[in-house]
Amino acid sequence: MSTTTPPIAATRTAEARVTRSAQPSGWLLPVAAGAIVLLAFMPSLLSQGDLSTMMNAFILLTMAVMWNLLAGYAGMVSIGQQAFIGLGAEGVLAMAQHGLNPVASIPLAAIATAAIALPVSLLVFRLRGGYFAIATWVVADTAELVVSSISSLGSGTGSPVPGLSGLSAKSFGDITYWAALAVALVALGMAYLLLRSRLGLVLAAVRDDEVGARSAGARVMAARRIVFAVAALGCGAAGALLAVSQLNVQPSSVFSVQWSAEMIFVTLIGGIGTLEGPIIGTILFFVLEQSLAQHGALYLIVLGSVAVVVAIWAPRGIWGTIASKLRFRLFPVGYWLWAQGAVRGREAGSVQARLAGRRRRRPEDPPA
Amino acid sequence: MSEPSQADVVSGGGAAPGALLEVEHLVVHHGQLRALNDVSVSLRAGETLAIIGANGAGKSTLLRTIAGLHRPTSGRILLDGVDLSHSPPEQRLRRGIALVPEGRRLFPSLTVEENLLVGAYRARPGPFVPDRIYELFEWMRTRRKQRAAELSGGEQQAVAIGRALVANPRVLLLDELSLGLAPLVVQRIYGVLPELLSAGITILLVEQDVAQATRVAARVQCLLEGRTTLEGRPGEFSAEQIETAYFGMSGTSAVGAGAPALEE
Amino acid sequence: MSWVNAVIQGVLTGAFYALFACGLSLLFGVMGIINLAHGDLAVIGGYVAVALIPVTHVPVVWSFAIVVPIFAVGGYVLQRTLLQASLDRGPFTTLLVTFGLSVVAENALLEVFTSNSQSLNIGNLITYSFSINSQITISYFSVVVLALAVAVLGALQLFLSRSRTGRLIRAVADDREAAQLVGANHRHVFGVAAAIAFSTVALAGLAYAMSSQIAPTTGTGTLLSAFEAVVIGGIGSVWGTLVGGVVLGVAQQIGAQINPAYQILAGHLVFLAVLALRPQGLFGTRARA
Repeated sequence: MSTTTPPIAATRTAEARVTRSAQPSGWLLPVAAGAIVLLAFMPSLLSQGDLSTMMNAFILLTMAVMWNLLAGYAGMVSIGQQAFIGLGAEGVLAMAQHGLNPVASIPLAAIATAAIALPVSLLVFRLRGGYFAIATWVVADTAELVVSSISSLGSGTGSPVPGLSGLSAKSFGDITYWAALAVALVALGMAYLLLRSRLGLVLAAVRDDEVGARSAGARVMAARRIVFAVAALGCGAAGALLAVSQLNVQPSSVFSVQWSAEMIFVTLIGGIGTLEGPIIGTILFFVLEQSLAQHGALYLIVLGSVAVVVAIWAPRGIWGTIASKLRFRLFPVGYWLWAQGAVRGREAGSVQARLAGRRRRRPEDPPA
Repeated sequence: MSEPSQADVVSGGGAAPGALLEVEHLVVHHGQLRALNDVSVSLRAGETLAIIGANGAGKSTLLRTIAGLHRPTSGRILLDGVDLSHSPPEQRLRRGIALVPEGRRLFPSLTVEENLLVGAYRARPGPFVPDRIYELFEWMRTRRKQRAAELSGGEQQAVAIGRALVANPRVLLLDELSLGLAPLVVQRIYGVLPELLSAGITILLVEQDVAQATRVAARVQCLLEGRTTLEGRPGEFSAEQIETAYFGMSGTSAVGAGAPALEE
Repeated sequence: MSWVNAVIQGVLTGAFYALFACGLSLLFGVMGIINLAHGDLAVIGGYVAVALIPVTHVPVVWSFAIVVPIFAVGGYVLQRTLLQASLDRGPFTTLLVTFGLSVVAENALLEVFTSNSQSLNIGNLITYSFSINSQITISYFSVVVLALAVAVLGALQLFLSRSRTGRLIRAVADDREAAQLVGANHRHVFGVAAAIAFSTVALAGLAYAMSSQIAPTTGTGTLLSAFEAVVIGGIGSVWGTLVGGVVLGVAQQIGAQINPAYQILAGHLVFLAVLALRPQGLFGTRARA
């Protein structure tokens, strides 16, 4: 399999061809498989502390992938994903209190969270843009308040998660690590497949021209709802992992807006609208956190400041900037349009144009 | 890169010395599309020049660039010998160039009176105050407290002209006054032009309707795909010459002249 | 009768929310900026007073004379630099930038002032109150805040509708490019609007700090309340913001009557109900989502 399809010869007619930006490369699959195997064997290579850090990295990565899906691909900027993180955590707590194995209840809690997201979408989809964003935040706050009033879930002070007390510290650490790894891989995989599917095409079309997409038959609302539910699923799973790994669920912690801050900054810096971006951002985050660990909230100040600078002056983030120069994709989800004798393809419907690269109309731009 | 084949530039009179507004060899791009390709315009004080041409010929772009809303790739814009090519719109207004944009573009939530008052924000000294505008368009006086969004197209066009006039410009740029308006209304709108001219205003207008343009303007200049194809007094040209200049070859575009020049 | 008290207290707190919210409404109505740092700005106002009062020896009650000008200038500068750059970049950038600023601000305050809550001590002034009957007690300070909110909103409405600059602000908000054609420098106009918005939020923050406690994370709650007030009242209406604030305040107080823990929740539920049933708000004019 070749990495890119060769360009067609320049023609003078209006014929156009559309191909995927790259077929999965021949070497990608073995390398990915190798990486996964290596990660799976980490428990025998790393200390408990490092393992725990990696596990937290996978949790954050899952969140970032989901936020990126929402904001970077579907154009829905949410600051309320912590609602689903918290619901996922509380779901595990509730199920564990009823005797279910906490680890087994992770997927169940995630699904339950996604189910809750559907009626929520009926409400918040009435708003767009910034007002949608704040509405999601209100929803998260509401969820926290409601949950805090339920005494069986420990009210405001939180509750321990029963059911895993029989495990040794090492086994516990290993199991939670593998669970987190599995969730992160599933999240990445789901995002990748979703974007390469018909749904991904609809999203790309909507990003460029929503009215045009609708009139071409794209079911925009349904597409958005699916993405919203998937993001809730992913965040719910992340929250469930938090509950299991910390063995305690405190509403003010699992519903904290800080999760949004972290997933947003990480995605922005790493590269919004690319699947590789959240990965890079997460790595950077933990490097930063480790090196600034003793300075309290300083890492958040640095992270936030960098995110602000990136959002304005380098909106493609790290990976976006690199990838646009190299035309290389680890996760090819775009399309090349070969037309009118152009010898370079253009990535049609790239989110960069909408969210990041395109400046507001300046004097030399065409009139409306 | 395809060059549009077109009629030779037919010129009835050259650029006069001492022109009030000089546009020299203007090249303007919209992204990769070259909207204006070496266009020059010369306007003497007190005259009326009509820019005609089909859709996409670059007429609006020309006016917008003169007003300062577009930055040209190359070329110069001079008012009374002063180079305004790099000045922002605010400065050009202060120097005396006012644009009545395509589509009127009134401030919808402001009243008629407020639109005029805002127009006078950076007004130069001169005879045009809101009261004078109410004399020009008598219906406006009683309706001046009405929100601009509630007016009809013709009424909005009048207010838009008024808004530009209260700045007391030396050069008034009128972009497609007749757009979307009934012929009678158009006549009435154009009917105020003589009064503006007698007040000493120089007018550069853009019109798709050739008949209308030749009725009001002393000189016409035709654009086709960003180039000047004809320039001079209307009486000098036959209908066929104008048609050729307007459309290209023999009334239809030749093959290869269709797509505007795309640049990589 | 305690329900009547709840309603009255709700009106008074509603005035607070309206004062917070009018800056938010202005920033969005004119520039299209959703300022997620708005609540934090109010808190910063309180902290600036806390920091400067010992230095300047100004009576606490007059602290606004120092803080408001600082915020007006700061708002203009921030708008001309960071916020204008975000606006030029794209539709979502201001959202992300103000969110980032909010996080940075809260954590910076945490570092400097620790998480202990503070308040501005105006001595006995805060305790003066009058009773209508055995169940209804109204503090003079909250009445002052109500008067202040009405005055500020009224002044803002007058400014926008009658003054030359106010007219220009409305024109730029309507059509930025057309405003350029009448000679307005929209960047400067945006700066003025931001200066006004920041001044109002400083006032709100000071009032809050005087009557209650501020802590670095207080901003989040106030932001949500301010936003809810704007949406309930309707985007684009100055008096709508006052009504929205009052509706929110009353809803919260009634919720608190049922169960103290339900106070904020009641507000959220009313907001979500308005969203479901009448998204444009009670007096909404422009749909500018």
